[in-house]
Amino acid sequence: MMYGYVWDTTTPLTFAISILPILGIGLMVTLKAAAVGFAIALVLGLVLALMRRSRIKAISWSVACFTEFVRDTPLLVQLFFLYYVLPDFGIVLPAFMTGALALGLQYSAYTSEVYRGGIDAVQRGQWEAATALNMSKLLTYRDVVIPQMIPRIVPALGNYLVSMLKETPVLSVVTVLDMLGLANMIGERTFDYLVPLSMVGLIFLPMTLICSAIIHTVEKALPKSGIPLR
Amino acid sequence: MTWTQYLAPLLKGAQVTVTISLASIAIGAILAFAAGIARISSNRILSGIAFAYVALFRGTPLLVQLFWFYYALPLIGISFDPVTTGIVTLALLTGAFGAEVVRGALVAVPLAQHEAARALNFSRTYTLWHISMPQAIIEMMPPFGNLAVQNLKDTALVSLISIADLTFQAQSLRNITLDSATIYTMTLLGYFIIALFLMFVLRFVEMKLRRGPAFPRSAHS
Amino acid sequence: MTSIIRFQNVTKRFGALTVLDDFNFDVRPGEKVTLIGPSGSGKSTVLRILMTLEPFQEGHLELAGISYHEPNGRGAFKASEKHLHKIRCNVGMVFQSFNLFPHMTVLRNIVEAPVAVLKMKRAEVESRAIDLLRMVGLLDKKDHYPSQLSGGQQQRVAIARALAMRPRVLLFDEPTSALDPQLVGEVLGVIRALASEHDLTMLLVTHEMRFAREVSDRVCFFDKGRIVEQGDPDRFFGNPEQPRTREFLSSILND
Ligand SMILES: Nc1ncnc2c1ncn2[C@@H]1O[C@H](COP(=O)(O)OP(=O)(O)OP(=O)(O)O)[C@@H](O)[C@H]1O
Ligand SMILES: [Mg+2]
Repeated sequence: MMYGYVWDTTTPLTFAISILPILGIGLMVTLKAAAVGFAIALVLGLVLALMRRSRIKAISWSVACFTEFVRDTPLLVQLFFLYYVLPDFGIVLPAFMTGALALGLQYSAYTSEVYRGGIDAVQRGQWEAATALNMSKLLTYRDVVIPQMIPRIVPALGNYLVSMLKETPVLSVVTVLDMLGLANMIGERTFDYLVPLSMVGLIFLPMTLICSAIIHTVEKALPKSGIPLR
Repeated sequence: MTWTQYLAPLLKGAQVTVTISLASIAIGAILAFAAGIARISSNRILSGIAFAYVALFRGTPLLVQLFWFYYALPLIGISFDPVTTGIVTLALLTGAFGAEVVRGALVAVPLAQHEAARALNFSRTYTLWHISMPQAIIEMMPPFGNLAVQNLKDTALVSLISIADLTFQAQSLRNITLDSATIYTMTLLGYFIIALFLMFVLRFVEMKLRRGPAFPRSAHS
Repeated sequence: MTSIIRFQNVTKRFGALTVLDDFNFDVRPGEKVTLIGPSGSGKSTVLRILMTLEPFQEGHLELAGISYHEPNGRGAFKASEKHLHKIRCNVGMVFQSFNLFPHMTVLRNIVEAPVAVLKMKRAEVESRAIDLLRMVGLLDKKDHYPSQLSGGQQQRVAIARALAMRPRVLLFDEPTSALDPQLVGEVLGVIRALASEHDLTMLLVTHEMRFAREVSDRVCFFDKGRIVEQGDPDRFFGNPEQPRTREFLSSILND
C-alpha cells in the first residue's frame, strides 16, 4: 500500500492496473520537474547566450568554456555535485529543487546554443537594414530578429524539452519520488520489478512519441519567414 | 585524504567508464547501421521492426531501460552480469539514436545520384554500399560525435547497477571522506577530458574521410 | 525495318496531371531524334520513362524488343527489378546536371558500372575507358575528382561513362543547359562526333536549334504531351507547317 492505494498482485494485469494511481502521482512529479527544469534552462540559456555575445573576451570565453563543460559531463554527476556540495556552502534545497536545478543547468548549455544559432541565422543584412532604418537595438530585436528566430528555435527547444522529460527519472537517485522512484519502491516491496518498471516505460513511450509528433507538426506549420510579435 | 589519494580509485573507475563507453559505442554503431538501413528498406517487415526498435528505445528513459534489464528481466529468467547489462543497454540506446542519423544521411543523398546509378544499371544493394554510403558517411560523422559524447555521459548511470565506473568510485569515496566538492569536481573533469578525447578522435576520422578533393567542403563545426 | 523504341498509346500522369496522353512514338535503330518544345511539355518525361526512372499508367512501350511491362508484373512499373535491369542493358542517359559520383575519380566513374554490372574484367574496361576519355578529350583528367572539373568537362565524362556501358540507345536530357555559354561548344562537339556512329540510337532534348538541325535525322516538336509536328530538320526548320510550331520557333529564335 502506498498513498492509500492498495495493489493487487493476483495477476500481472491487475497489478499493473492497481498501481496506476500511484504512478499517476509520480507522473505529476515527473512533469513538474521537467517544467521547472525547462523554465530554468530557458532563462539561464538566454543569459548564457547573451553573455557569449559579449564584447569582453574574458566573459564570452569563460561562458563558452562553461557551457562546453556542462554539456560534456553527465547529468548524474552534476546532480550529485549540487546535492552534496551546495549544503556544504550553506545552501540547503529540497531534493526536488536540486534535481530541477541540475536539469535546468545541464539543458541551459543546450538552449544557449539554440539561441545563439537562432541569432546567428538572422542574416547580417537584416541588422544592417534595421540600422539603416534607424531602429533602436530593442526595436531591432523585437521586430526583426526575434520574429525570424522563432521558427528556428521553437522546434529545437521542443526537442530538448522531450529529452529532458526522458532524463527526469535520474532525480529518483536523490530520493525524489517521481514515477521511477515510486516504481522502484513498489518493486522492493512486492519483489516484482517487471510490472512497475514496464508500466513506467509504457507511460513514457506514448508521452514522448506524441510530444515529438506535435513538435514535428509545429515545425512544419511555422512559416520560415518568421512570426511577427505584434 | 588529499586529492592525490583520490586519483588512483578515480582512474580505476575511469578505465571502466571508457571500456563500457567504447564497447557500447562499437556495438551501437553496428546496430545503428543495421536499423538505419532497415528503416529505408522496401521490405515492410524489416522496416517495421527497425521502426519499433528505434521508437521504443528513443521513446523511453535510459534509466528505466537499465533498471528494466537489470531488475525486471531476471524475473522472467534472463539475466546477465551488470557489465554486460550496462553495455547492452547503452548499445541499444546509442544504436536507436544512431539509426536515425544513418537513415537521415542516406535519405539526404541527392535523388540525382540514385537516378545516375539507376541509369548505369547498378543493383539497389550496390547503389547503397558504393554510391550512397560513401557520400552519406561523411555527413554522419558530426552527429555521431554528439552521440558518442552523449553515450559517455550516459555511462554514469551504470553506477546505479553496481558497476564500479568513475561515478561509482566517486560515490564510494564521498561516502568515506565526505569531501564532496573535491571529489565531484575531479570526477566532472575526468568525464570532460574523456569527452574531449572522444570528440578529437571523431573529428580526426571525419577529417581523414573528408581529406582529398572528392569532398572539398571544409569540415563543419 | 522494325522500331527500336515504340510507344503505343502511352499515358503518363502525375496525380491529376496528365503529362503524356495516348502518346505514340517510334524510333528506328540508329536514328538521331531531337525533341524540342516549351517547358513542361513532357520531353524529359519521355526520356525518364525510357530510362525506367518513371513508371507509366497505360499503354505499351518497347525498347529493343523488350516490353516495359511484364505480363504478370507488379508494382508501379508493372515489372520486377530483374526485368527493369534487362531493359536498362540497352539504354543509357546523360543528365542535365551530369550527376557524376563525387567520391570517385573520373576513371572510376567510367569503370565502375561495366565492372560491377556487366562483370567485365577491370583491365579491359580501363583500357576502353581510356579510349573514351581520349575521345572526349579528357585523358589528362582521369585521376581528377568531379569537383575539380568544369561543368563542360564533367558532362563530357558523363557521356563517356554512359558510353562505357555500350548502350544501343542513348538519351540526352538538355545536356548543355546547365553550362556556361562558353562551355557549351565542347560538349556539343562530343555529341556531334557520336552522331556519326551508325549503330547508336540517340534521343536528344535540347534548346540548341542550330545544333538540332545539324545532327538530327528527325526533329519532333512537343506541346502539352503530344507531338504536334515532326519531320526532317531542314523541312522542319525551313518550313514549319503548324502555327504552334512557328510560334515556338520564332519565340526561341528571337531570344
Ligand atoms: N515528379 C513529378 N511530380 C509531379 N509533376 C511532375 C513531376 N515531374 C514532372 N512533372 C510535371 O510534368 C510536366 C512535364 O514535365 P517534363 O519535365 O517532362 O517537361 P519538359 O518538357 O522536360 O520541360 P523542361 O523544358 O522545363 O525540362 C510538367 O508540367 C511538370 O511539372
Ligand atoms: Mg526537362
